[in-house]
Amino acid sequence: MPSTMGSTSRDDLSRAGAARAETASGTTDGTTTDGTNGSTNPGTTAAGTASTARPGDIPLRLLDEKGVRHPDPALDRWLTDVDAGTGDARAALLALYEEMVVARRIDAEATALQRQGELALWPPLQGQEAAQVGSAAALRTDDFVFSSYREHAVARKRGVAPVDLLRVWRGITASGWDPYAVNMATPQVIIGAQALHGVGYALGIQADVERGVVEPRQDGTDDDGTAAVVAYVGDGAMSQGDVNEAFVFAATWQVPLVLFCQNNQWAISEPVTLQSGVPLVRRADGFGVPGVRVDGNDVLAVLAVTREALHRARTGGGPTFVEAVTYRMGPHTTADDPTRYRDASELDAWAERDPVARLAAYLRAGGLLTDDDEARVRAAADAVAAELRAGVVALEDPPPLSVFDHVYAGPHATVAAERAEHAAYLAGFADTDTDITTGGDAGQGADR
Amino acid sequence: MTTQTLTLAKALGAGLRRAMTDDPTVMVLGEDIGRLGGVYRVTDGLQAEFGPRRVVDTPLAESGILGTAVGLAYRGYRPVVEIQFDGFVYVAFDQIVSQLAKMHARTNGKVKLPVTIRIPVAGGIGAAEHHSESPEAYFVHTAGLRVVSVSNPQDASTVLRQAIACDDPVVFFEPKRLYHVKGEVDADLPLDDAPPMGTARVVRPGDDVTLVTFGSHVATALDAATAASDEGVSVEVIDLRSLSPIDHDTIAASVRRTGRLVVLHEGPRQAGVGAEIATSVTERCFDFLEAPPARVTGYDIPYPPAKLEGNQVPDLDRVLVAVDRVLGRVPASGAGVEVGA
Repeated sequence: MPSTMGSTSRDDLSRAGAARAETASGTTDGTTTDGTNGSTNPGTTAAGTASTARPGDIPLRLLDEKGVRHPDPALDRWLTDVDAGTGDARAALLALYEEMVVARRIDAEATALQRQGELALWPPLQGQEAAQVGSAAALRTDDFVFSSYREHAVARKRGVAPVDLLRVWRGITASGWDPYAVNMATPQVIIGAQALHGVGYALGIQADVERGVVEPRQDGTDDDGTAAVVAYVGDGAMSQGDVNEAFVFAATWQVPLVLFCQNNQWAISEPVTLQSGVPLVRRADGFGVPGVRVDGNDVLAVLAVTREALHRARTGGGPTFVEAVTYRMGPHTTADDPTRYRDASELDAWAERDPVARLAAYLRAGGLLTDDDEARVRAAADAVAAELRAGVVALEDPPPLSVFDHVYAGPHATVAAERAEHAAYLAGFADTDTDITTGGDAGQGADR
Repeated sequence: MTTQTLTLAKALGAGLRRAMTDDPTVMVLGEDIGRLGGVYRVTDGLQAEFGPRRVVDTPLAESGILGTAVGLAYRGYRPVVEIQFDGFVYVAFDQIVSQLAKMHARTNGKVKLPVTIRIPVAGGIGAAEHHSESPEAYFVHTAGLRVVSVSNPQDASTVLRQAIACDDPVVFFEPKRLYHVKGEVDADLPLDDAPPMGTARVVRPGDDVTLVTFGSHVATALDAATAASDEGVSVEVIDLRSLSPIDHDTIAASVRRTGRLVVLHEGPRQAGVGAEIATSVTERCFDFLEAPPARVTGYDIPYPPAKLEGNQVPDLDRVLVAVDRVLGRVPASGAGVEVGA
C-alpha cells in the first residue's frame, strides 16, 4: 500500500487511524475488509477504486479476525469499563456478547417466522451485530436514535421488546413502538431521509440547552455533556441527497450528531463500489466533518469510536461520521435472492470475520467465556426466540376502521366523512357470515 | 381590539412575531430569512428581535430544511419553514409527503409534527420560471397535511398563527400578488375569536351563482361579482381559505340556493382543487343544479413566460364567461371555460 501525505482529517480517531495504518498495512486485514479496494464486487462499473490509499482508509480495529486483541491506547481509553480485566468489565463484555447472540437469534427466528407465513417480510441483520450492539451500547438513555429498517439490535438495546420489533413486519402497524418511550424513532424506509431528522433533533437539543430547559450532564465521566443523536444510514444511503444535505446542515450548525454508516457492502444487489469509488469515510472531510472508519465486525472498536464521537458531540465538538465496515451476510430482505448477484466465496470470506465468533474467540482465549457461560447465553437466546414466536403468533389484526386513526392529530372533516362512509359500508356485512369488526375510534378521523 | 393598516406581507410578519412571542418553541427556518428578512421581507426584523437561533438562515437545500424541521418537531419545536418560491418546493417533496405528512399516522399518534410550511404562491407578477406556480393540488392530495391559502391581511395574520398552533403539519400558501395589498389587521386577535382554520367564508352573498375560489382570486371573483351585478346577476363569492379539508358544507349550502357553481383557481385544471369541488357538488347537490359546474383555472401547461402569463392566469372576463355559461347565456364552449359534457 503506497503511503500518502496528509490525511486531512483533524480528529483524534483519524490520527489513531493514521498511526495504525503503518502496522495494518503489513497485515492481511484492511484492504480486504475495505469494500472498495477488494475484488469482491465483480461486474460493476465503479468510478474506480481508490488509486491512492490514505491512512484513514484502514478500518480501526482492536480485535482481529481470530479474536486476538491488539492494544491501541487512543481507543482503549474509551473501554476501561468493558475491557480492563476487572470483574465488572468481564460482566460488561459478556453482556455485549449475549446481546449480539440474542440479536442473531431473534433475527433467525424472524426469518423462520417469515418463511412460515407469520411475517410479511423481514430484513435480516446477520453479520451486523457488532456494528449495531457496539454503537448502541455507547448511548445514554436521553440520547435519540434515528435508524433505517435493519437496526433491530440497536432497537433492542434501546429497550424495544422483541415482539415489538416484528409488529411492522407482520403488517399490522407502521410503528412497533412509541419513539419517546425508548428514545428511538421507528424504522425509516425512505433511504437516508432519517439523517436529516437526526440533524433537526440535534438542533433541538442545542436549542433546549441554550434556552436552559435541559442542562448538560456533569457527572465527571466521559458521558458528560448534552444529549446527542445517532442517525444510522447504510452505504446505499450515502448517495442520497438527504444524507449529503445532512452532512452540510450538521456541519454548519455543529449539532451533536453521530452519522453512523453501516457499510454492509450491498444495497440490495448494488455493491458499495457503485455508490462510491473511494472509501465512504473520505466523504466526511469534504463536508468539514471528522470521519472515522472502523471495523464494523469488531464490537470493541465500534464501541470505542462511537463513544469518542458521542463525546465530541456532547461537548460542543459537532458531528462525526463513522463508517463501520461490515457485511450483510443474509439477503436484503426475505424477498431477496443474493445468489443472483454475489458469489458464495464472498460470503465465505466474510464468515471468517464473523463478529459474534470473533468476540467469542477473544472471550474464550481470556477465560472469560466458559462452556457454562456459552450454554447460558444460548439458552437465554432460545428463550427470547420462543417468547418472540409465541408473542408474534398471538398478535391480532387491528380493527378495520383504525386505518382512519391518527391521520391527523386534530379533527379533519374529510377523513371523518370517509371514516363514516367506510363504517357504513362495513356495517352492510353485519347480517352476513362475514365477520367484520369495525372497531376503532367512533366517528373521528383523528385523536379527538 | 386595536387594528392597524398593514400589507399582507407585514401582516404575516406580525403573525409570526406574535406566535414567536407566545411560544418559545416556535422557530423560523429558511433561505435568506435572517438579515435580509426574506425575499418578500415577510420575516423582516425577526432575527434582530429573536436572534439567529430562532430565526435561522439555512443552507440552500429545501429537503434539508424540511427534514431538519421534522427533526426539530420530533424534539418538541414548532418550526415555521419558508420555501422561497413555489417552484422550489418540489425538491423537498419526500420530506413533506412521506415524512412530515405521514409521521403522526406512522407512529400511531405518538409523534406530532406541528410544522408550518410557508410558500409564496402563484403568478401574475411577471416573474421568472419556477416563481409563479400553483402546486396546491399535490398537497391537497396528501393525507396528513392541512392546506390553507389566505386572501387578505387579517387572515394572513390569524390563520398563520392558527397554523403554527395546530398540531398537524400545515402548508400555508401566500399569494405573491397580495403581498403589498393593505388591510386592517388586528395582530393580537384571540385565535378563539377567529373562524376555525378549516372553514370557508362567504365574502359576498348572492342568489344566482356560487363562485368558489381562494387566495388572490378572491379579488378577481369579487370584481366579477360586481361586474355581474351590473347585469342583474347576483353572485355569491366563497373564499375557501382551507384547501384541506375543504369546507364542503358551506359550498353545498350555497349551491343548494343558487343552483349554479363556478370554481376559480390559477393552478392547472386536471385533478385540481376545482375538480374536487365540482365533483363533490355534483354528488351532493345534483338535484339542485340548474347547469353543469364550470371551472375557470390555469391550463394544463407549464407556467408561461412573464409576457404570456395573462393567458394562464384567470382574469375577470374568463370568470364572467363562466358565469354566463352556468346561466345558459353562452354556448358551452365559451372561451376559457371547461367544455362541458
